[in-house]
Amino acid sequence: MIKLHARLEKRLDAEPFVARVARGRGGGRGDLREVQFVDGQDEPSPGYGGYLLAEGLEEGPWAARPDAWPIPEALGHLSDGDVVRISPRSGELWVMYRRGSTSNSMLLTERCNSYCVMCSQPPRDVADDHLVRSYLEAIPLMSRETNELGITGGEPTLLGDRLLEIIRKCRDHLPETSLHMLSNGRMFNYLSLSREVAEIGHPDLMIGVPLYSDLPHRHDFVVQADGAFDQTIRGLMNLARCGVSVEIRVVLHRQTVERLPQLARFIARNLPFADHVALMGLEMMGFVRMNLEPLWIDPADYRPQLTGAVEHLHRRGMNVSIYNHQLCVLDRGLWPFARKSISDWKNEYVDECVACAARDHCGGFFASSSLRRSSRIRPLTPDMIPPESATSPTLSATP
Amino acid sequence: MPTALPVLNDRFRPVERFAARPGRDYTLLPMRLISLDAGRHVLTNFAGEYVVLPKETTRRLVRHELDTASDVFEELLSRHFVSVGGSDAALDLLAVKYRTKQSLLAEFTSLFMFVVSLRCDHSCPYCQVSRQSLDRHAYDMKPDVADRAVDFMFRSPSRALKVEFQGGESLLNFPLIRRIVERVESRNLAEGRDVQFVIATNLAPLTDEMLDYCRVHEIVISTSLDGPRELHNQNRPRPGGDSHKLAVRGIRRVREALGHDSVAALMTTTAASLAQPREIVDEYVRQGFSCVFLRPLSPYGFAVKTGLARKYAADEWLEFYRAALGYIIELNLAGTPFREEYSSLILRKMLTPFPTGYVDLQSPAGLGIAGLIFNYDGDVYASDEARMLAETGDRKFRLGNLAVDSFEDVMTSDALIDVLSETMTEGVPMCVDCGFQPYCGSDPVYHHATQGDVVGFKPTSDFCRRNMGVMRHLVRLLEDDERAASVLETWI
Repeated sequence: MIKLHARLEKRLDAEPFVARVARGRGGGRGDLREVQFVDGQDEPSPGYGGYLLAEGLEEGPWAARPDAWPIPEALGHLSDGDVVRISPRSGELWVMYRRGSTSNSMLLTERCNSYCVMCSQPPRDVADDHLVRSYLEAIPLMSRETNELGITGGEPTLLGDRLLEIIRKCRDHLPETSLHMLSNGRMFNYLSLSREVAEIGHPDLMIGVPLYSDLPHRHDFVVQADGAFDQTIRGLMNLARCGVSVEIRVVLHRQTVERLPQLARFIARNLPFADHVALMGLEMMGFVRMNLEPLWIDPADYRPQLTGAVEHLHRRGMNVSIYNHQLCVLDRGLWPFARKSISDWKNEYVDECVACAARDHCGGFFASSSLRRSSRIRPLTPDMIPPESATSPTLSATP
Repeated sequence: MPTALPVLNDRFRPVERFAARPGRDYTLLPMRLISLDAGRHVLTNFAGEYVVLPKETTRRLVRHELDTASDVFEELLSRHFVSVGGSDAALDLLAVKYRTKQSLLAEFTSLFMFVVSLRCDHSCPYCQVSRQSLDRHAYDMKPDVADRAVDFMFRSPSRALKVEFQGGESLLNFPLIRRIVERVESRNLAEGRDVQFVIATNLAPLTDEMLDYCRVHEIVISTSLDGPRELHNQNRPRPGGDSHKLAVRGIRRVREALGHDSVAALMTTTAASLAQPREIVDEYVRQGFSCVFLRPLSPYGFAVKTGLARKYAADEWLEFYRAALGYIIELNLAGTPFREEYSSLILRKMLTPFPTGYVDLQSPAGLGIAGLIFNYDGDVYASDEARMLAETGDRKFRLGNLAVDSFEDVMTSDALIDVLSETMTEGVPMCVDCGFQPYCGSDPVYHHATQGDVVGFKPTSDFCRRNMGVMRHLVRLLEDDERAASVLETWI
């Protein structure tokens, strides 16, 4: 795991601020919106908004400055172009954005109107307005070459106009960056919100919306909210009607796999406009820990349902992916659909992976999988590795 | 129903709290049903999804006696045959699905057939047209007629325009084909439509110059292949008796010049074909085709009326169809991917939310609003079958003539509108209650020709009998034969 939060010395007299990290020769521009990473290779230069002192420099002459902070070794990964938020009074450093990462995400709020039984990021009803404010400051500091940026929560649509502001900011400052937002879709039940998002005209926005069952009451149960199915379905239709790309996300666990084939059929028949369907393995975080037994099912035990669902969607021309699954628990025919989907900072491999010939093709594990993982994890031998030609999705015509 | 599960942490509500209360009222959504066999019904919903139920279950369903916690009820709920209080998203989804199924209507007419000549070197007994001998140039389309036809075609709002050259033998008037292609191309520089050219030909008169022209102008070829040599030559006589040889050689030359998939073949099932389902399929496989369209003989063409081709009953064709389909499925299971196209069309209607453009299975009928045909003499007909009917003296479906009638005149003519309004199976007697209504159509030319009425009387209609037979057979395969279903699923 890569550490994204760290403790700093408290400084009671300074305001929190967001800054870009300048590191190495030619790094940064030397302006006040930047903090220089000082690691003994290069001399600190004047003109930055602050200084982060790598280990070993805490005793140096710069350490006494009020705008310089010694940082723990765990933040040694900080690179030129990363964006951090420093809260001097509470003594916190938060890595908001890593330029070299392919999985940057903006958690805009911890509040949510659903209460999903497997939520990996349990909602908290707290005043967290500073999150949006910080990201509005951070977005202009991010690299325009960023491929993809996520928006997550909580439920970002609860932010209303402030969400629109974030999307607008991304459109203006990161026009080449794909923006992918996770939302339960319920608020898009209001056509006006769907219209407002569409009217921003972001060049590459996709909204990922979870759907857990073809049956209204079973979806409502998983998200623990009456009427949520209807709202989400209407939300998806509204977004499509306004021309906003949507993705359907299904988290697979014991409460959703049983009707997975029916759900796949429902999606293909009712929501063929979805640009992508992601079938996702469970992250053993948050509420999963308190609902472990009713949620856990060994992925190797739902192979038939998963294979059936992928085949059904693929045959009907839908773009379908499998996230968060290890290749050794998937039917061989599903490998071309498996993506390396786990964010780099929480992506791990286990002992069995050391000898595995497919490791480079495999997405590995969530760090949280130490809680429980499939009993069928095993190293694969070189003869099982797909040739390059087999990496595009094709299924045999007959079983 | 899910088996008993370990319970959630008590801050979460159990699934029972969200489920419809057992015995609670449910609402029936629009549906139709038809008997599949002695014990089962096929039920279809408003958007063409189907379920097969024991007849007793259907009875309980419509009497509101089904247990809302039962598996069968959940199936019906999932597929929008019923809804329960509290959730009415099903209605919105049904509306969108219905709209999607009908979306081709908004595109309007996209297929335009040009009969460039009635002359032909073949003398097929099943020919739909009273063909003319090779020297009778009076039966060629004149350039001014062709020019008017092109202008007429561009009046259609459709984004896609398919120009199909028909005969007689179309290649016998190749200079006119060139004139039309070039006029369409130059006109399209400004129009920017998605234009596709198809030449329907028996390939006998094909020259290298024609192939060069087709390559440059991206024209594809549609030809006839009725089966193995003996059958094909028997069905399609010409001087020398070498139709099969010329067709096969032509197919090879087209593929060499234009690419493998630039030629498609159509077969017509004659009385002689009925005994040779496997041989016909084998011939298509041998000639490198990936599909065959098992097309029944039109029972009202010129030759049938004059007694030159023997009619056969719908049941005879169905037996042939089932045998050929069974053989094709075995081929697939043995590793040769191959499709039957009529089945594929109907499977797409059953198993996907999307519409299919096949003219004979539309409601309203595809007459005029899907395709139009320009006869050599400038007459405009609602379909190829309408033209062949006119050749036998019945001009019921003649919509106008290019010399005097505009696009607006033709498309708003009583001859078209009156017929279309009688072809909406949603309101046609018997179709209105038929479980297969979402998959079917109501071929008015057929019913007019065979029964003297565009609506027709379904119990004695071979169109109805044939389509019901195909649809019942496909549903049975999907439901009862896992191996066959695994193949059919790949045809959509």
